[in-house]
Formats: sequence, C-alpha cells, structure tokens
Amino acid sequence: MKVLVTGASGMLGGAVASRLVRDGHTVRTFQRRPSGVPGAVDVAGDLGDRAGLLRVVSGMEGVIHLAAKVSFTGNPADFRRINVDGTADLLDAARAAGVERFVQVSSPSVAHTGDSLVGAAAEPANPQRVHGAYAQTKAQSEILALAADGRDLAVAAVRPHIVWGPGDAQLVERVLSRARVGRLPLLSGGTALVDTTYVDNAATAIVAALARMEYVHGQALVVTNGEPRPIGELLARICAAGGVPEPQRSVPGWLGRFAGSAVETFWRGTHADGEPPMTRFLAEQLSTAHWFDQRRTRELLDWTPSIPLDDGFARLAAHYGGRA
Amino acid sequence: MVELPGVDPMWSTYLDVPSTAAVDPDGTVNRWHYLDNLPSLVGETRGTLLCVHGNPTWSYLWRTLLAAGARQGWRVVAVDQLEMGLSERSGRKRRLADRIRDLEDFTGALRLRGPLVTVGHDWGGVVSLGFADRNREDLAAVVLTNTAIHQDPNAPIPAPLRLALNGAVHRLGTSTTPAFLETTLALARPRLSPEVRAAYREPYRTASRRRGIEQFVADIPVGPAHPSHAELTRIAGNIRTLDVPVLMLWGPEDPIFSDTYLNDLTRRLPQADVHRFEGAGHLVAEDRDIAAPIFDWLGDRESISGAKVPACASAGSFTPLWQQIRDRGTGDSASTPAVADMGTDGEVARLLSWRELDHRVSRLAAGLHRIGVRSGSRVSLMVPPGVELTVLIYACLRLGAVIVLADAGLGAKGLSRAVRGTVPDFLVGIERALVAARVFGWPGTRISAGPVPASRARLLGVTHHLSDLSGGSSAYQGADPSPDSDAAILFTSGSTGPAKGVVYTHRQLSAMRDTLAVTLGLTPGSALVAGFAPFALLGPALGASSVTPAMDVTAPGTLTARALSDAAAAIEATTVFASPAALRNVLATAADITPRGGQALRRIKILLSAGAPIPSSLLEELQALVPSASLHTPYGMTEALPVTDIDREGIRKAAALPVPGTGNGVCVGSAVPAAEICISALDSSGAASGTPTTKPGVTGEILVRAPHVKDRYFRLWLTERESSRTAGWHRTGDVGHLDRDGRLWVEGRLAHVITSASGVLTPVGPEQAIEKLDAVRQAAMVGVGPAGTQAAVAVVVPADGGKASGLAPTGLADSVRQALSMGGLSPAAVLTLPALPTDVRHNAKIDRAAVAKWAADVLEGRGRKAP
Repeated sequence: MKVLVTGASGMLGGAVASRLVRDGHTVRTFQRRPSGVPGAVDVAGDLGDRAGLLRVVSGMEGVIHLAAKVSFTGNPADFRRINVDGTADLLDAARAAGVERFVQVSSPSVAHTGDSLVGAAAEPANPQRVHGAYAQTKAQSEILALAADGRDLAVAAVRPHIVWGPGDAQLVERVLSRARVGRLPLLSGGTALVDTTYVDNAATAIVAALARMEYVHGQALVVTNGEPRPIGELLARICAAGGVPEPQRSVPGWLGRFAGSAVETFWRGTHADGEPPMTRFLAEQLSTAHWFDQRRTRELLDWTPSIPLDDGFARLAAHYGGRA
Repeated sequence: MVELPGVDPMWSTYLDVPSTAAVDPDGTVNRWHYLDNLPSLVGETRGTLLCVHGNPTWSYLWRTLLAAGARQGWRVVAVDQLEMGLSERSGRKRRLADRIRDLEDFTGALRLRGPLVTVGHDWGGVVSLGFADRNREDLAAVVLTNTAIHQDPNAPIPAPLRLALNGAVHRLGTSTTPAFLETTLALARPRLSPEVRAAYREPYRTASRRRGIEQFVADIPVGPAHPSHAELTRIAGNIRTLDVPVLMLWGPEDPIFSDTYLNDLTRRLPQADVHRFEGAGHLVAEDRDIAAPIFDWLGDRESISGAKVPACASAGSFTPLWQQIRDRGTGDSASTPAVADMGTDGEVARLLSWRELDHRVSRLAAGLHRIGVRSGSRVSLMVPPGVELTVLIYACLRLGAVIVLADAGLGAKGLSRAVRGTVPDFLVGIERALVAARVFGWPGTRISAGPVPASRARLLGVTHHLSDLSGGSSAYQGADPSPDSDAAILFTSGSTGPAKGVVYTHRQLSAMRDTLAVTLGLTPGSALVAGFAPFALLGPALGASSVTPAMDVTAPGTLTARALSDAAAAIEATTVFASPAALRNVLATAADITPRGGQALRRIKILLSAGAPIPSSLLEELQALVPSASLHTPYGMTEALPVTDIDREGIRKAAALPVPGTGNGVCVGSAVPAAEICISALDSSGAASGTPTTKPGVTGEILVRAPHVKDRYFRLWLTERESSRTAGWHRTGDVGHLDRDGRLWVEGRLAHVITSASGVLTPVGPEQAIEKLDAVRQAAMVGVGPAGTQAAVAVVVPADGGKASGLAPTGLADSVRQALSMGGLSPAAVLTLPALPTDVRHNAKIDRAAVAKWAADVLEGRGRKAP
C-alpha cells in the first residue's frame, strides 16, 4: 500500500514509517525536518500549507496522521492552527485525492479530565471537559477525523498512552535529567498505577489499524502495553536503564495535596527555557491511576504488543549503555 | 401525577370503586390510585402480584417490582390504600376489617383473578394476609416483608411505636407534622436519594393529606380492647392453614418489626422460605433488591413441584448421636472416664464417667422438658466447651431441641447478630453471656449455667439455673426425635461476610460422626484431647473419652504445650484435635512440657489440625513433638466437615510424585469416605458456570456431596439457593482443582479470584511461590480494577519486620516478580504491608477482600491507612 506518514521526524512517527517500510509498503513522509527513516521518501512541508497537503497526498492509498503540536504550554491559537485546522485540511486533501484509509493518531487525554482511570474504556473525545490547549485541540481534531469516516474514506483514531523508548525526549530524557540532579518528585509515594506504551508497540498498533480498517473505522482505540505499573516503579526502572540513581520515594504530604500546581511551580522554577516541562496535566498523569481496558483494542486490531515492558527497559538500558 | 424516579407514568392509574366496607355509607364510591404494569407487559401473563404498602409509604414502595415484573411476564398491581398515597381521603376512620374489605372491593372492581400473589409490607402485610386468608381460591403465593401479625401480650410493644401511640405525641407526630413520615424515611440504609425522598413525601404534603397516617397508627391493635384486635387475632389464627408457598424477605435492623415478629410468622407459616438481608432495615424494598429474589422464587415455584432434591439418600442406617452414651453408660465401661475438664493447675478439674454422663444427660433433658423445652425449640448454648456444654448438647439433642452454637470468637457484635437472628426460645449461658444477653436484649428464656446470686439473677433476667434443672431424679422418657428433624444451627466464622447459620438434621450430624470415625479410624474407647470445637463435641458420640485442655476458648492461641500435654496425660489420649493457631502457640511454649507430659505426647497416634490451612513448616516442627502421630490436615467448612483428609506423608508424596494436576494450590487430599467432590469450571468473568466435572487440572468452584453436608442455611433463602443451585451438591465458594489421583488442590475463595484480561487467576498458587522467598513472611495476591480486566497485585509482608506500607523496594519487587514469572504471571505492582488482615476466628485466613480494597486505593494514587 502507498502510505503517507505525517510527523515522521518524531520518535513514534519514525517508528511507524520504519515499520511500514519493513512491511513492504511504499512510504512517503511529511514534516518540516528530515525523518531519517531509511527507505521512506521525505517530503518537507507544513500542515498550514494546503497546496502542499494536496500535493503530498496525491497517489496515496493510506494516511497516518501523527503531526501535531505537542507541548504542555503555548499559544492556544498555535495549537488550534496546527492540530485542528491542519487535521481538517489534511482530511479534505485526502478525500480529494481518493485516499481510502486514514489513521488519526490521538491521545487518551482527549477524553478525561484528571480523575483516576482504573481499567478504563475508550470514552468519546470531549473538548469541553479536558484540560489544556493540547488535549482540547487533539479532542477536536479526533472528532473531526472520526466524523469524516464514510464510504470512500475510512477513518479510525488510535490513542497510544505515554509512549516511550530509546531517544524519547518527552518522558525518558526529562526523567533522567531531573533524576541526575536528584530532584525527581514522586507524588503520593509513586503508587499510582499507570499504563505506558513502548514505542514499537504503539507503532505496530497504528499500522494494524490501517490494515484492520474494516473493523475499526469510525472508532477510537486506546493502545498501551497492557502492563500497568506504579509510577514509582516505572521511573525507578527508567533511571536504572539510564544509569542514574533512582528517585526518592517519600514526598511530603503537602506536595501530594497540592499535586499539580506544586509540581508545576517546582519545575518551572528550575528550568530556564521558558517552558515548564511539567504542568498540572502531567502531574495528574503521574499522581493518579491511568490504566486501560485493552480487550476491545486487541480484539479489533488482532494485535498484541510484541515488546513487553521488561524488554523495553532492556533496550533502553542498551541505548544508554551504548552511548556511555 | 408528578414525575417519579423509577415509575413509568403509564403505570399510574385511577379507578372508582363502589365500597362495601362497613365504615362507608351505602352507595359510597371511593377513588383509588394504583400502579399497574399492565401497559408494559407483552405476551402471556404468568400471574399477578397484588402489593399492599404499609404506613406511611404508598405504592411507590413497589416500583422495582413493577419494572422487574414487566420484564418477566408478571403483572404487578400496587395499590394506594384509601386515605393513603394518592387515593381518596374519605375522612372516615378505617379499621383493619374495613381495609381488607376495601382490598376485596378494589380487586373485584378491577376483575383481578388468580393466580394471585399477595405482597405486603408493614401493616400492609396484615391487610394482605387478611385478604389472602379470605380469597384462597385465587391465591398462589404469599410474599411478606417486615411486618407482624401478632403481638405477644406478655412482651412489650416496640419503644418507637409506644411513642407514636402516646396520646400527646400521636397527632402531632403523625399528621400535624410529618415527623412519622420523615422518621420512617430515615430508616433506609443506605440513605434514600433526595429524589426518592421527595417521591415518598409527594402524597403527604399537608396535614389533611396526612390524616390517614394518623388514623393508621391509631388502628394498631395494641390490646384486647382495641376494635381491630379481634380481626387481627382471627387472621393470625387462620393463616396457620394457608397452604400456599410463602416467601419472607426481611431487614433485621428494624426498630419495630424485629426478628421476634419474623419468628412468630415462621411458626404460623412453617413452609416459608426466609431470607434475612443482614444490614438491611425496615424499608427492605429500598435497602436491597427484593424484586430479583421474588421473581426467582416465583419462577422456582413454577418449575419445580415442591420437594427439594435430597442431598443424599436420606434413608439408610441411622444411629442417634447419643447411642454411645446410652450403651457405654450401661455397659462394661460405665465407670471409665467419658468427659473431663482440665484445671489450670494441670490436674483434672471435673470428670464424668460414662454412667454419670448418661445420667446427667437424661436428668437434664427431663429438667429442660419441665420448663418447656420441646422438640423444635431453639436453645442457644453460650457455655465454653467442656463437661457442662457436652451434657447440655446431648440433653438438647435427646429432647429434639435445636441447639444454636455461635463461636464467642465472633466478637460481641457478630455474636449478637447471630443470636438475635436465630431468636432462641431458651438461652443457656455463663454469666458473661447472660450480661450480654441483658445488654443487647437477646431473646429467650434465660438459664444460668453457673451459680448466680438471686439479686444478680433478677438483674440479668435469669429465670432458671442449670443446677436445678439437672437435679431431678427422673430420666427423660420421651420419644426420640425424628432423624430428619433439625438438630443444630452452627454459625460460620464470618471470615467472608456476616456469620451464617448452618442447619443440620440429626441424620446429618450422625453422618458427620460416622465420617470422622471412618476417616481417622476412631473407635469407641479411644481417648482424645478436644481443642477444636466442632469435632470435639462429637467425642461422646464417637464413644471416645474426651478432655478439654485449660485454655481460653475464645482465643485458640492461648493453648499452651503444658496445658495440651497435661490434658493428654490425664486420660492417656491417643488423639488430639486442635486449630493451627493453637498448635502454633503449643510449639512456641514447648519448653514448658513436663516429663510426664512429654511422655503423653509421644503416645499420641493422631493429631488433627482443622479450621484453617497450616504451613508445612509448622507440621514438621509438630512432628518432633508428637513423633508417633500421624498428622492430619482435613479440609472442610462449617457446611461440610470434613470434605477431604490428608496426612503429612500424603502431602509429601503429592509434592514428590507429580501427576497431571499437581501444584497451583494447597493439596488437601482425597475425599473422605462417603463424600464426593467435583469442580464447576470458571468462565472468563470468574463465575463458576461450568458443568461439574472430575477432570484433572480444571480450575473452578469446589462442589461437595456427602451425607454429612448441611441441610440448609438458616433464614438465608438467597444464599441457600445459590449454594445448592447444582441439585444435590453443596457449592463451597472455594476454588480449586483435582489431580489425576483424585486429590483436591485448593486455590482460594471464589470471591478472591482475579479476572485479568489474559484469563482467570487464583491467589493461593502465586502466594505459595512468593512465600518461598526468604525475604517474605506472608503474601496475598489480589486483583484491582474492573472485572475481566483486573490488574494482579502482590501484597507482601517482608520478613525483616518492616513497618512500611506502600510500594515495595525495587530489590524486593524484583524478587517477587522473578518468583511469579515461573508461573507465567507478571503482577502490575508489588506492595508491602507490615501485616495482613485475617479472620477473627482462626486468625489464619487472609482477608483478601480487605487487602484488595487497600491496594485499589493505594494504586489509584490515594494514600490509605493499612487494613
């Protein structure tokens, strides 16, 4: 199949494109920077450029849309332009070009508001209730994408939860850099059970959605490793893999009580690049349970994660060991 | 009508009904309001439920029945009695006889014909019974919820009702203000939602609308002079001849209609199936789902024609429990020891020969009979195990009285619940129990087991003394009770919810004795140390001399090695019955054994540990103490004792010689003679839905069939229905599997099964794997999250005595994961606790439900105190 992958310069986008190439598909990528994926044809461009979008989807049978503004802060208008308008334009272009399958890569954060999630199912996206510009615009774009599902163009949304892997700048690098200076906070003793997704598993799930479109179109599926772990244990294992001391377990009660804002302030004060690396959103993710019912996902996608958590940590260790 | 939560507006109907009630002038037509689910019914109607509310509720009370009935093909008609709900306010004072005639007028006008099931609550129960009595040709069944038909003239009227009836309070409380209504609504447990409360208040918004409530209270026939007393008495007598099925659903926490009234009703309607919803109260229809059980019960009545399938052939040989006492008491060994109590000084404190025991039993039976104990009377025995209790038990059994035995280890609250729920006619107790009886208001004529001064006896309401009752000279000469009549109600430990009463017939108790005798090879003339209550009581029935060691029976952990060995020496015992907690303390105090005691222990041939699982390490240590003994660890429950048996040698063999099905659980051996075991496999939701099988390796609920399995649960119809839903078998609520050689491996409780996305997991196997680690003292495997996609969590008590609760240190977590990975299990989390919660009785069964609740909170990110 001829497949366009947007946002292939990121960790997950790159993994998706690589997986497609390995599976024998013809892969074109679309982003501002080179993807670095061997065997894929990079087309440089921006989601704001409609003409560029029309050109890049022409001749494609499938589209996997990962490109988005992913950040914890920023101008809401930027989020809207890239995440909402960009997705709408890409959907239009895909329809015009006769694309048959479209996978919208979304996030579980489009449907929940910071309450704990315990074995949760994939609820419908809800832009009115979620916190922050990222989650709001991703929720809107998922609704647009699923609404576009029709006879000619089939659309499905895949929501991987906390994707990580070697070279991951979002979670792994941040955790390690904090841990290196001995200041990694753990909320509520680090016992909140959290689902994560090793990058290769997220990639195979997204590719499976493309292949199993007849079963999943019109739906949103949460994807995880299906191995929830206490956040404290996860962070300890990331630290161990990265060769830095594991974080302190106990946190003063007041810090737990003021979870989000306390951490936000704490992190903001220690970073100089102007963007607090952890906001209330992430604090919520790390202090309350976030794990999901994977039965429907696995059945519909006919997919299981091929890299268990422990193998993922071993690869992470090899990555950092190799660099040291 | 305003919108009411739970009520389809189509059900609300009005009907003009010509009255024939005496209170109404000729030609009166009353406008009735009622709820009728007819518009929601499709297809053939199976029958009609006629629901009558009490005071001060209205037809709204029955809304769940209307909804469920519509789904299952039953028409449900719930009336608002006149002057009540949305029905007419005639302003006339309606008496009980009027209300019954009203109901007949109503059903006549509606042309309601059979099969009819009357359903009543509160004083509506009386009205519905009066109607049922007079309309038997249409009557198919009777359902009652908290109500009463008879007030014992010698017993006080419940205090809240006395208050409401008080002249000064009456009008003010019932109609002028909504106090009576509000008080009633406040009885719901849990609390009613604001919407439901509002619905109940709807028809009673003003004082004039509440006049019916006032008059209803005024019509309570408190004494013979009351105008409705004769009618009530007539109905109370007549219902004794009602021959339809009866279901009583009860909330025991009712300040008015207590268990005493339930008990009275069951005496009048002995065919009744009864379920007491522990923790529910007066508004049982609000507190619990009563609709599902009612329609299940009606369905059962349609499909099976009466008689329950006997658990086993009920014919066959039967030897009464007291036969050995009679035989030995008059035979060659009449002067040898039968029962003895040890003193704390290591000497025998009290001893009866077989002749003396036989005499004492028949004298006491005669004495008890003199004060009114009869066949079928319930006698609660609150006397510690020993000579006195033994005499009492056999005297009651001989009379045909039903003994009620609840373990003092249940604690005051649990014990009180158990005693009140069984409504004993007589209560025999030591002083401590009599004080509790007084304080908690336990029912029953009180008999003091020990000497009590006259002034104290008055204070405690004691009317008889055991010493007086057994002092007579004549032996009891009455006929033997029927083998299939009730003999005993034994209470479960309550480690899995409130303690349940388990009813045994004489035949079943005798079968328990016979099974024990065959299983352990106990023959008349053997001698045993009785440190485990249920079996110990069977000593005299087995023809075995039994001695009770000096210990606090409410705490098995107080049995010392010295006390045990002294007791063994006193009667040259060959057998010891004890619980793991007691044996643990015996080992801990082994240094204090005297040379004579040590010698006595070396003579022990059989040591039986029962009541809870015992670790093999403990067995090994015990063997050193009783070197010639075969160590038996039978498996069973209050409902079936024993189910299997195995000795230490057998356990070793099971582990050393694996066959298909070996492992993943505790090996408890093969079924005892006369017992059969099968397994009902679990489905992916953790329910035991499989067809019973004996195939090796199939994990599921353990089912047992034996002549010594319980007859039924006491007043727990729902629980009984579930436990006997496989005809002829008792469903134990335990999970396990059989191996190729027919040995049973117990894997935990059905309620503790973990339903993960990859399949069903049972806790015991993984716990054993974790407990092999030196760093771990104890472990519990639990599931958190929604059924079907639960996360498995290991909760461990570190061996180093750490006090931390929360996430396990990385090193410990790694070893636990390593230990579990061999069984292909990868837990979501490893947590630590300083100790695991256990049951009150044996202090040995882990309360996994409490552990799971704690783990679920912690893993949700909410800190919580250790359970």
